[in-house]
Amino acid sequence: MSFAADIAARFAAAAPACDFWSVRVMRGTSEHLGVTRGVVDPIGLSEDAGAMITVHSGTGMGYAATSDLSALGLQRAGADALAWAKRAAGRMVAPLPRLGEKSAGEKAVRHDHDVQPRTRWDAISRKDKIGRLREQAERLKRDARIVDWSASLSFTDEESVLATSQGDFIRRSAGIVVPGLNASASDGTETQTRTFGRGGVIRQGGLDVLDDVGFWTAAPRIGEEALELLAAPDCPTGAMDLLLAADQMYIQIHESIGHPLELDRILGDERNYAGTSFVTLDMFGAYQYGSKLLNVTFDPGVAGEAASYAYDDDGTPAQKHFLIQGGILQRSLGGAFSQSRANIAGVANARACSWNRPAIDRMANLNVEAGESSFDDLVGQIENGVTMETNVSWSIDDSRNKFQFGCERGRLIKNGKLGAVVKNPNYRGISATFWRNLKGLGNAGTVEVLGTPNCGKGEPNQAIRVGHASPPGLFGDVQVFGGG
Amino acid sequence: MQEQFFALADVVTAHLQTGEGYLARFSGEVSDFVRFNHSAVRQAGAVTQRYLTLELFRGTRHASQTITLSGHHSDDVSTVRAAVQTLRDVLSDTPEDPFFLINTAPQSSARTMPNRLPTSDEAVDAVLRAGAGHDMVGFYAGGPIHRGFANSFGQRNWDTVNAFTTDLSYYLAGDRAVKMNHAGSAWDAAAFAAKADSAKARLAALARPAKTVAPGGYRVFLAPAALEEVMGMLSWGGFGLAEHRTATTPLIKMVEQGVTLNVAVTLTENIGEGLAPGFQDEGFVKPASVTLIDGGVYKDCLISPRSAAEFGAAQNGADGSESPLALDMKGGSLKETDVLTALGTGVYVGNLWYLNYSDRNACRMTGMTRFATFWVENGEIVAPLNVMRFDDTVYRMLGANLAGLTSTCNLLLSSDTYEARSTRSMRLPGAVIDDFRMTL
Repeated sequence: MSFAADIAARFAAAAPACDFWSVRVMRGTSEHLGVTRGVVDPIGLSEDAGAMITVHSGTGMGYAATSDLSALGLQRAGADALAWAKRAAGRMVAPLPRLGEKSAGEKAVRHDHDVQPRTRWDAISRKDKIGRLREQAERLKRDARIVDWSASLSFTDEESVLATSQGDFIRRSAGIVVPGLNASASDGTETQTRTFGRGGVIRQGGLDVLDDVGFWTAAPRIGEEALELLAAPDCPTGAMDLLLAADQMYIQIHESIGHPLELDRILGDERNYAGTSFVTLDMFGAYQYGSKLLNVTFDPGVAGEAASYAYDDDGTPAQKHFLIQGGILQRSLGGAFSQSRANIAGVANARACSWNRPAIDRMANLNVEAGESSFDDLVGQIENGVTMETNVSWSIDDSRNKFQFGCERGRLIKNGKLGAVVKNPNYRGISATFWRNLKGLGNAGTVEVLGTPNCGKGEPNQAIRVGHASPPGLFGDVQVFGGG
Repeated sequence: MQEQFFALADVVTAHLQTGEGYLARFSGEVSDFVRFNHSAVRQAGAVTQRYLTLELFRGTRHASQTITLSGHHSDDVSTVRAAVQTLRDVLSDTPEDPFFLINTAPQSSARTMPNRLPTSDEAVDAVLRAGAGHDMVGFYAGGPIHRGFANSFGQRNWDTVNAFTTDLSYYLAGDRAVKMNHAGSAWDAAAFAAKADSAKARLAALARPAKTVAPGGYRVFLAPAALEEVMGMLSWGGFGLAEHRTATTPLIKMVEQGVTLNVAVTLTENIGEGLAPGFQDEGFVKPASVTLIDGGVYKDCLISPRSAAEFGAAQNGADGSESPLALDMKGGSLKETDVLTALGTGVYVGNLWYLNYSDRNACRMTGMTRFATFWVENGEIVAPLNVMRFDDTVYRMLGANLAGLTSTCNLLLSSDTYEARSTRSMRLPGAVIDDFRMTL
């Protein structure tokens, strides 16, 4: 029996008498390796393990999380969760969802899956990884004007088990890889930075991920492009066509589609912190979110994407759904509790970042489906515009409507041809109109599987991993501008 | 938890081999977390967590491992022994670190704040009472927060803060709301109820038809909670020595060209008067205060031991992030009661939201207005303002365009709970600013 399964069984034997209980055990072992300005970073490891107990009693729901995984500790947490459920009874915002309830003859869920990487993380030694990081760091330092440079690798091996009083048992484990490269070039009061996706490169897997994403070959280009930006003019100002690379598309999707479609935001849960949404319940099924080219999916089945899974943290089976199809808003990003409160369809996206936080509606894998154009075709459509790559700045209002983004690098496009590099490329717009100006999407060959390890939301706060796969996207009539 | 941590430190000491030393850092909390929506409970529960970060060193080779503790001594001894062995193995992969700098002269300390927190029932009852008849949404967090440090030189530090945060919003309709934050270390039910009543009373002004202003420059008043967002952004790389020496600071023009802010701007890292512990990860004790900007002129950086070693400076107790934990801004002469008169015609900004740099070299940042933000004419509130985006530089906002600071500075305790409850704080005045650039 695995570590997490053993702890879950230990709780099941001591669970309190109540209408429903679940125990979610998580254990993550992490390693961070890096080289900064030519010196190896202190090696940092972590081993984090704990259990989250959720109890339903009458009309109340309560939770208790603990790192005390002894039988006594789990029993105490169960009692605490029950006390919270009783305290909340009669005062909850909505009737409780009937989690894990079975129809006549339906069997309990039994799911046990380990995501197997093609190459295990420990296939090469830690010492060899550090050696290879040193080489990457040296390749970043192209010139004396490179004043800050680093190469890093973070790996987490995570196991989770969800067991419930209904007899469901769901276990999974996966490795998560986040590589990083950074080069800052400076001259006087001008500093420009290029990175390897600035944290947007995150995948499930092992060492194979680093080959798949081109980590071992990217350093020279990143160093060169930082230097190139030092000499580049500012991005021009004006309304023009904007071609977003996949490593900017992912954050555009995240902020102006993902968050507004989260059902708990629409229901008001996040109004005190992460914000509300310009989307209202009556929009589903009819609202034109984007142009006819826009197809957005919740897809937990993409191999290697950061938030691929078979069941969410409420135990709801996860499957692919179109959230926006042909530009029309179809379905919300809401888990079982939010769906029962709003009485609309959602997805299996009740997720928690760790054992010490309760599940809430999260994005998981939120993808823009591929279009039909090659990258060159997209460029060829542009008479006057700019392409922007690699997000560096993001800001959006609490209804997820008025946004402004900045990128690391831009290139002018004139008469269908890529032109000069420009620095400080920024653009701003309004979600409700921006996606309707979508004029083109890259084909399947241009799709990149990216994401973010730090999507922040919730009270208490949670930073969670999400995945975003997208091709480049072409938008018309966008306000762009530079620095200064 | 203090005795448990120190007992484990003694276990590590006993298991060291010749030439080895260690640093141990403890972070624990027992927290009530209650989330509210529509003046009802959304999620309620408790979290008990104990983390130990053990850093083993041999000469200048070092590595660390963070582990969760159970609170049972015998189990935790086994976990800690295993961590020591793991780190011993890791050290064989670890090169000498030229920037390894730790405190070797023990400076032990202990602070335990008294527990004057409400019970779980009292907290839930009080918040629900304050929400009755209104659309209230928000969060209560309360309980002890523990931090500890120990090393093989015999140093022992402990800090227990018993703190609560009640972070709530009262909604009128749509995105129109008044936010209130009541936080501290001693619960006062009457003070909480009075603050809630004050917030509810301000809802009336939001009932007026909202105004939308065209993009352009406006005279604004940034309430302390709005200025907190600007300072939070500036704290992201603005005051650390590493960013200054690598030219990646957003204040690069102050560093390289001697550009100054308004003479009224004085910023201090004031650990002595905040909630954050007075010791840091390498065992150094933090000075009571470090002046960062003095009369508009950049003065000192926050310097971690690692940066000190790398850049040849003296450390001043900063953590690795070199970001302020208790930022104070000196107040001015504007009385709080005169704020609207001083503003005249312009925008009263209660809160800002989601800031980021639009041009880091220019220290230019963008963000949104949020919550209670009003259009003011001739010193009178006229209408709530529909949310607006701003995009402006700190050199303009806190330079020539700074028209006044309030004499009263508000203590703002962080309500952040990412991974653990924060003990960060800021103490800030409100600011009247001319020609504040609204863009969308």
